[in-house]
This record gives sequence, structure tokens and C-alpha cells, in this order.
Amino acid sequence: MSATSAQKPTLLSIRNIAKTFGRNVVLRDVSLQIAEGEFLTILGESGSGKTTLLRIIAGFETATSGEVWMGTERLDQQPPYRRRVNTVFQNYALFPHLTVEQNVAYGLRVARRPDAEIEQRVTEALEKVKMTAHARKKPSKISGGQQQRVALARALVNRPNLLLLDEPLSALDANLRRQMQVELKSLQREVGIAFVFVTHDQEEAMVMSDRIALLRSGELEQVASPREIYSRPATAYVAQFIGHTNLLRGEVRDGVARCGSLSWRTSAADGPALFSLRPEHLRPSSVASNGTVRVTGKVLQQAFHGATSLVRVECAEGLVLVMRTSSGALAAQEVELEFSPDDAIPVRESPERA
Amino acid sequence: MILADSQQRRTAPRANWLRLHASAVFAFLYLPIAVLILYSFNGQGVGGFPPHHLTLDWYRILFADGAIWDAVLNSLQVALAAMIISLALGIPAALALDRVQFPGKALFRRLVLLPLILPGIITGLSLLMLFNLTSVKLSLLTIALGHGTALISVAATEVFAGLQKLDRAQEEASLDLGANYWQTFWRVTVPNLKLPIIGAALLIFTLSMDEIAVSFFLIGRDNTLPLEIWGRLRRGITPEINAVSTIIFVFSLLTIVFWYRLRLRSQGTPDVGMELLDPSDGTSTQATKP
Repeated sequence: MSATSAQKPTLLSIRNIAKTFGRNVVLRDVSLQIAEGEFLTILGESGSGKTTLLRIIAGFETATSGEVWMGTERLDQQPPYRRRVNTVFQNYALFPHLTVEQNVAYGLRVARRPDAEIEQRVTEALEKVKMTAHARKKPSKISGGQQQRVALARALVNRPNLLLLDEPLSALDANLRRQMQVELKSLQREVGIAFVFVTHDQEEAMVMSDRIALLRSGELEQVASPREIYSRPATAYVAQFIGHTNLLRGEVRDGVARCGSLSWRTSAADGPALFSLRPEHLRPSSVASNGTVRVTGKVLQQAFHGATSLVRVECAEGLVLVMRTSSGALAAQEVELEFSPDDAIPVRESPERA
Repeated sequence: MILADSQQRRTAPRANWLRLHASAVFAFLYLPIAVLILYSFNGQGVGGFPPHHLTLDWYRILFADGAIWDAVLNSLQVALAAMIISLALGIPAALALDRVQFPGKALFRRLVLLPLILPGIITGLSLLMLFNLTSVKLSLLTIALGHGTALISVAATEVFAGLQKLDRAQEEASLDLGANYWQTFWRVTVPNLKLPIIGAALLIFTLSMDEIAVSFFLIGRDNTLPLEIWGRLRRGITPEINAVSTIIFVFSLLTIVFWYRLRLRSQGTPDVGMELLDPSDGTSTQATKP
């Protein structure tokens, strides 16, 4: 997936962007390339700077240093209304005094397009988001999900090079959100416009994105496809933020990792090391397997999650491991677990940042 | 249930006192007006109780009275001019207070709001001295200038309150969609400030219509309505004054009703964020309509 998007020409290039509000450092040295037609998600906790980064691309904030380029054009020195970038705002920011139709036509009206063209494009855009029936209503008379569609149509009707979406699904309830995730993704494929999507919801990011840029305290931790970011997290923070994980702290000497009584062969460099081991890579050990790392422990707690359960197992020296199992509840109190050394992924420490 | 019953019993006498108190306050406020209106129909002038010989004579005299109508016309002109002056200066002041950070902003805010609490005598006297110094002849124009500048604070506070409630994301959305700052102001900001601007306009209009203190200092040859009434009162009270007051009262009442209807109508479009909290698809907004 990352290979295909890397082949596409770069649309937007964010170079060494930093932003401070007074003494508060919000972004430090962020560089990111967005390919044409790509669905990129900027993922991060609240306060990670993700919305600020989006607002810098849109033109509502000025970066303290760094540049934003779109092709051969420097974007960050243009006012928002000259950028071929449109935004879907968090609470949609529909104009309450205009009808749905007039909202969608707004961009074309201020661009002084001919009436016939405006009418045609607005009709098309409303059809695309299935809002034709509500064209003459005011935004306050339609539901949140419908407002969401209107906001999308209002942005897409201008045929921007890039669409920015600032947590557009956060105000919707869980079911509607899941439905909109699918719709949004297929809409993006259909129109072929690059999307930069901001969210704090890692599941949402995994479902929708071609690539995820994980932002932490104003710095990028990792930029990779969902599959890669999940299976090869670069840092301890990434491993913990995306899905569940077990962090094993130990020491590597002569190609052998040691963590308490456990040891396994690794390609990691010598020295103190940290490994991420996903719960699904732990399993009750069987006689047949060899070359696995085995550990015994006592079942502390089992949490039922539907298709799978998460089992907390306390091993020697206070090590607690979480195992994902799909085989129902474990009967035994004492269990022997195993994992293959390849599944223990070495990750960098994530130092505290102010 | 038992709890609710006992609570009701305990609050009942208190509610009665409250009702009595409220009635007394309302009587104090509105009884004089009722008396004023009643005596405008009294055939025997302002004396005598109870009024009898109900008549429309005073209205007939009033409508034939050229001086009163000249004064009304003067007042309308002054109020209209004051409204335009104070809105034209007050709206930019409110925008500056809401959006721009500049040195001396706190001082600027106080200077804008000061005329609200400044006694009319001070405002009138200082303007009179200014006009004397600059040898400007006193006329309706000087009164309009006086009202207009003194009421900037009303326009600024009303519009500022509206700006504070405005969802800034809407203006950003407008810029994002390709409208420049000027287009955004006229297409998004002003339509959203329609209510506070109309509210300020009505308030300024009525305040100017019955202003006496400032007008008293700045009056030239032509009288405004309050000064005309004041002048006649010194010569003795006639029900003709009651009649003109009644007309002013009815006019004010209509203005209030107009304002109220306007507000009710635009409550159908509150900010989008609030509507999201309400999944009932805007039925609540319809419920508030008469």
C-alpha cells in the first residue's frame, strides 16, 4: 500500500513546520509529504497539534517556521481563499442563514461562475452525497449526519486539490460514525481527491487511511500504512497507541535479548532494548511447536470482547502479559504461553516531552 | 408523591406573597401609563375623577396642531440620522473590540462605553462648548450629531455581544471556500449579525426619540417632540399631551412586538453545534413557534 502511494506524484509537501503560541510549543519540525489521491490520516491525542497542523495547511494559522508547498507553489504565504484546499470543519460550520443548496453553491458564487454551471454542479454534488431531497432546507432542519454530507458537498463542489477534514465524525453516534467511515472512504476513491483526515480515534484511522501520520506532542512518531504501523511500530508510544500491546523491557547482548527469565535471538543492536509483543501473538503453548519462547503464569483476569477475549496473565518477576484468544474462556488457572521471537518487535523508547 | 405534596403546601403561601408583590410592582410601573391613556379620552380635561364624557376631541385637536407634527417630523429625522451615525461608527468599534489586539485596547473599550454612564447634561454641555468653539450654528444637525455620538456605545455593545456569540468557524469556512475578507464580512458576518444590528437600531431610534438632556443644550430653532411637549407642559397641561403620549406609547409597543416576532422567527436557525445535541431533527425549534 505504501509502495503504491509512494509512486504517485507528491501533491503537498510540508517542510519543517514549527508552531509556538507564546511559550507553548505546539508543533516542532514536522515534515510530511502527501501524494495525489491519497487518504492520509493525522492521528494524535488532543493537544498533539494535529488540528493546528491542519489549520496551517488551510491557512487559518501561520507557521512560526517552515514551509508548505503544493507542487511548485508556496502555499503558506497565500491567504486561505487563494488555496486550492477546502475544509470540512469539526462542527461543519454550515451557514445557518443559507439553505443547503445555497451553502453548497457558496464557493461557486463567490468565484462568479455562470448560473447554469453553478446549478449543474450543485445538483451533482448534492446527488453524490444523497441530499437532493433536502436542498431547500436550512441547516438547522436537518440531522447531524445530513449536515455532515452537506459540508462534504460544499467543499467538494469546488474541486479542490486537497480536502482537509477536522474530526468530522466525532459528533456522530457510534453506528452512524461507522457507516460514514465507509461512505467517506468510498467517496474519496470515487472523486480521487487527496484527503487529509484528522482524528484521535485510532480505529477510525486504521479503517480509512492509506497512510497514518501519528503525531505526539507536536512531533511525528511514525508515518506508515495502517498495516505497517500496526505490525512494525517504530516506538513504544506508537505500539501502545495503536491497538493493545505488551512492552518487554530488557537487554540485548550478542544477538540475544533477555527480559527477566525470558530470552530469544534478535537482530536488534546490543544494549538496553524495548520490545512490543501484540496480544494475538501470544498463545497457549503446544508440544508441537519449537523455537518459541515459553513462559508460565497465573490467569489474573479475562475480558470478553465478542469475537476474542483478552486474558491477563501474571508471570514471574511481576511481568504481566495480555494474550488475545478466540477460543473462549480458559479453564486453567496456571497456563504456559509461547510466542515466536520474530513477533517481538524492537521499538524505540518514547521519551517524555514537555 | 408525599414529598411533592408537602413541598407544594409549604410553598403555597410564599407563592401568594410573590403574586402580591409582583402585582404591586407592575401596578407601580403601568398604572400611570394607564391613567395617561385614559385621560387622553376625557372630555373634561386632565382634572376630575372618575373621567367621563369620553371623546376623541383631543386627538382631533392634536391632528390639527401643526407645531406638534413639525416636532414629530424633526424628531424622526434626528432619530434616523443618529441611528445611521452610531451604527456606522459603532459596528467597526465592536469589530475592533472583538477581533483586533492593539495597544490601548482596554482604554479604547472604556472610552467607547463611557457615554453609556455619562449624564446627558455633561454630554450636552460639552458638545455645546465644542460647537460654540467651532462656531457651528445649533440646529437639528447638531442634535443628531449629539445623539449619534452619545449612542455609539449602544451600537457597539449590542453588536459586540452578537459577535461574541458568532461561530467564527463560519467565517473561516467562507474564507476556505474562496471568499475574501470583504466578501466574508458581507455574506456571512453581517447576515449573522442581523438581529443585534436591528436591535441596536431600534434601541437607538427610541432612545433618540425621547432624549431631552442632550437635545436641550443643542437645540436650535426647531423643536424635537420631547422638547415641544416639555415646553407646552410649562404653559399648563392639556389632554392633547396625553393624546400624543398615547400615540408614542402605541408606536413603542408596536416596535417591541416587531422586534419580538423577528427574534422568534430567527430562532429557527440557531448555531449548528447546538442542533447536533438535539437528535430530534429540529422539532424543538418548531415547538417554540407560536
